[in-house]
Amino acid sequence: MTRYLLRRLFLMAFVFLALSLLAFSLSYLFPGDIVQNLSGLRQIDESQRQQLISYYQLDHNILQQYLAFLTRIAHGDWGQSFASQQPLLQEIKLLLPATLELASYALLLSFVVGIPLGIVAAFKPDSVVGKSISAVAMIGYSLPIFWWGLLLIMFFSLALGWLPSAGRIGVLYEIPHSSGFMLYDILLADIDYRSEALYNALQHLLLPTIVLATFPTTVMIRFVRDAMLNVWEQNYIKTARAKGLNRGQVLYRHGLRNALLPVIRQIGLQFSTLITLAMLTEVIFSWPGIGRWLIDSIYQRNYPAIQAGLLVISTMVITINMLTEILHAFFNPLARRG
Amino acid sequence: MNLPIKSFLYPITSSALTIAVLLLAGCQPQLPETARSGLVYCSEGSPESFNPQLVTSGTTIDIISQQLYDRLVDINPDNGDIIPGLATDWQVSADGTRYQFTLRDDVSFHTTRYFAPERKFNATDVVFTFNRITDPLHPFHLQGGGVYPYFQSVDWAALVKQVQAIDNHTVVFELQRPDSSFLSNLTTDFAAILSAEYGQQLLAGNQPGQIDRLPVGTGPFRFREYQKDILVRLYRNNDYWRGDTQPEQLVFDIVPNNARRMAKLFTHECDIVSYPRVAELELIAARPDVTVQESTSMNVGFWAFNTQKPPFDQLAVRQALAMAINRAAILQAVYYGQATPAYGILPPTSWAYNDGLPAPQYSPAKARALLTEAGYPNGFTMDIWAMPVQRLYNPNALKMAELMQADLAQIGVKANIVSYEWNSFRQKLGNFEHDSVLIGWAADNPDPDNFFRPLLSCAARDSGSNRANWCDPLFDEIISKALLTANQQQRRALYLTAQQYLHQQQPLIAIAHSQRFQAISTSVKGVSINPYGGISLQHAARVEP
Repeated sequence: MTRYLLRRLFLMAFVFLALSLLAFSLSYLFPGDIVQNLSGLRQIDESQRQQLISYYQLDHNILQQYLAFLTRIAHGDWGQSFASQQPLLQEIKLLLPATLELASYALLLSFVVGIPLGIVAAFKPDSVVGKSISAVAMIGYSLPIFWWGLLLIMFFSLALGWLPSAGRIGVLYEIPHSSGFMLYDILLADIDYRSEALYNALQHLLLPTIVLATFPTTVMIRFVRDAMLNVWEQNYIKTARAKGLNRGQVLYRHGLRNALLPVIRQIGLQFSTLITLAMLTEVIFSWPGIGRWLIDSIYQRNYPAIQAGLLVISTMVITINMLTEILHAFFNPLARRG
Repeated sequence: MNLPIKSFLYPITSSALTIAVLLLAGCQPQLPETARSGLVYCSEGSPESFNPQLVTSGTTIDIISQQLYDRLVDINPDNGDIIPGLATDWQVSADGTRYQFTLRDDVSFHTTRYFAPERKFNATDVVFTFNRITDPLHPFHLQGGGVYPYFQSVDWAALVKQVQAIDNHTVVFELQRPDSSFLSNLTTDFAAILSAEYGQQLLAGNQPGQIDRLPVGTGPFRFREYQKDILVRLYRNNDYWRGDTQPEQLVFDIVPNNARRMAKLFTHECDIVSYPRVAELELIAARPDVTVQESTSMNVGFWAFNTQKPPFDQLAVRQALAMAINRAAILQAVYYGQATPAYGILPPTSWAYNDGLPAPQYSPAKARALLTEAGYPNGFTMDIWAMPVQRLYNPNALKMAELMQADLAQIGVKANIVSYEWNSFRQKLGNFEHDSVLIGWAADNPDPDNFFRPLLSCAARDSGSNRANWCDPLFDEIISKALLTANQQQRRALYLTAQQYLHQQQPLIAIAHSQRFQAISTSVKGVSINPYGGISLQHAARVEP
């Protein structure tokens, strides 16, 4: 296991090296003035420019500039946003929890719904239930998320008026900011309208979570179903049956454990798709997370923000990927060899 | 065998049930007090600053000005009269160069998380506020770039010689020359009064930049929080000197997307929506839970020629182009009938409006004749610059330009449509790179001078805001004369002449005066559109159905 871990970490170091090189080169590849792209300052006068050039070591060779870049990133100096002229790291810290909150609820929902449905579908693959679950999963898999989100808004918000169409919570509820995770903040807050606020936040959360969960849920259903069908064919299942265990026991003790093992790995693989879809969901539901911010930044040609956003999101995806790989290896000794 | 399936189905059915309960419960919301008497105004953009002195954008003014601040004098929105604000009374000297204001003594600045006033509002605050604009040595003058756009456009620094506190409750403005639009300028949303005590506190704490970010005013609401691109939250100022502020909380929800703003109105996430799209007004008006309010605003959309560039330096050409345009079609297609056709630049609601101006003619035949007379029997090629943004006075300049293009083709003039991104568009206009431009003007105060001087004077040409690049000494003389007297009869006569003169010269062709709209949930009462500036939400109240 230790060797496996070391090997993984070594690999990760290379990925991060490549990522940092890409992020670093972006400031040079973006159009416009390099000093502006690096600092995010809009107006720079001559003396300030000289200061910045020596600060960013632009008068030194490219290797030193890169090292200076790494030092700055490590010290939390990520430059400023063109649009707001505020430090980028500060902005990202405020936005990231909103995205993580949405993504984790969606992921949770996709497990809670996807895994049982997949098992049910695998149980009797040729029955009406099994076939209709597969059909629904196929449809959900092919739904364009943008259209699906708007459809839900049209139906539940505009036509029925049951659910709000945008935002994280009704704007009239003032929730003091502490962690950035809305539900946690509400529970933590010293307010006399806590239950109403919580209820309101859940209402806001419902549609975006469903929309974002749609794709991973359907993937999960198909994945679990295939894995179960596969496991069910294995000899050890037949042996267990032959030894007289009933189907339920076999399913619990032998089937599920083996079928669900690859699901852990699936979390990591799903996460990057999930973040991409979260960006779209955030745009549809005006969810104030990092995805919407990044897309706005692209529209505004806000280069420092694009660079910082890319760095944060990629780091997050890579880290989660690695963690699930390691977790998978921890549960599955076979994977450690590969 | 049946057991496992059931136990797998259980979480599914139970979560489906939870969702259903959530959905159904959505029908009876239980609102806490702060939310129940709170109001949500969906705004089309974020505020640029929290100090009205520094901005001109209507979006920002709507959010900050009337809610957070007061002015020395105000306008009665019903008839345009000047009424007391923070000043109870004022005297003008015989020569019109000295204005003495008596101030209220019972007004407090806001108590907020970052400031607690120790004294009431007095003359020092007025001096502090106006010196910030003119005095380069004022500690806050250069904060925010030292640019005061509205005050620069009316040449404030050259007009006001001195602002002086005589005693605690008397303040005197001394002017370099009489200016009859002076009081009107004080009524605009930009002339908000700031707190000198707060300024001192910030200087002592060495964070002068906060003055424009964390506002302290005397208005009906006090600042609570601002989340960029998300919302601005204000609380009621319980000590407001005019009293009677209804909403406990006022939230400006920032929703730049038009369709989304409408959706939020329909789902009751917004109570008031600014600038609904004119094309959607019928759809909105058809709903029982929303009312559409309208008011004739002081604005004009026009087509200005670069009168220094041939062939537009010829009067006959300008007249010909004016006649070639089918305004009726434009009013229908661009303004959807929600605008008054303009005969001159001044809207009919102004007291100086000249109702003797003839209605503009539409006659391609006459236009052709005029062109031939001017030496262009076969027409010519020109550019029409169409502004890239949607404004009240011109909701769709590109569409208007396309209609004009077709009209001009009738008289043999080939028009190219040109557009740039808004900032470079204005910059290039300021350099007079255009042949002609579709743009407009919205007034900040009811004084007619606000239409003439910033648009067509020689000074405006030098500062680049005169889109017609037109400088006529005769016209300048008329409008300057109108400023020197306070007698409204005399001023009116001069402005009538000015309008007549503009009609003869046609440096620009006025097209329409548009109405301003806002959509309000029927459960909210007490909101009306102020034709002279930002919206005031002090009296807005939610009524239980």
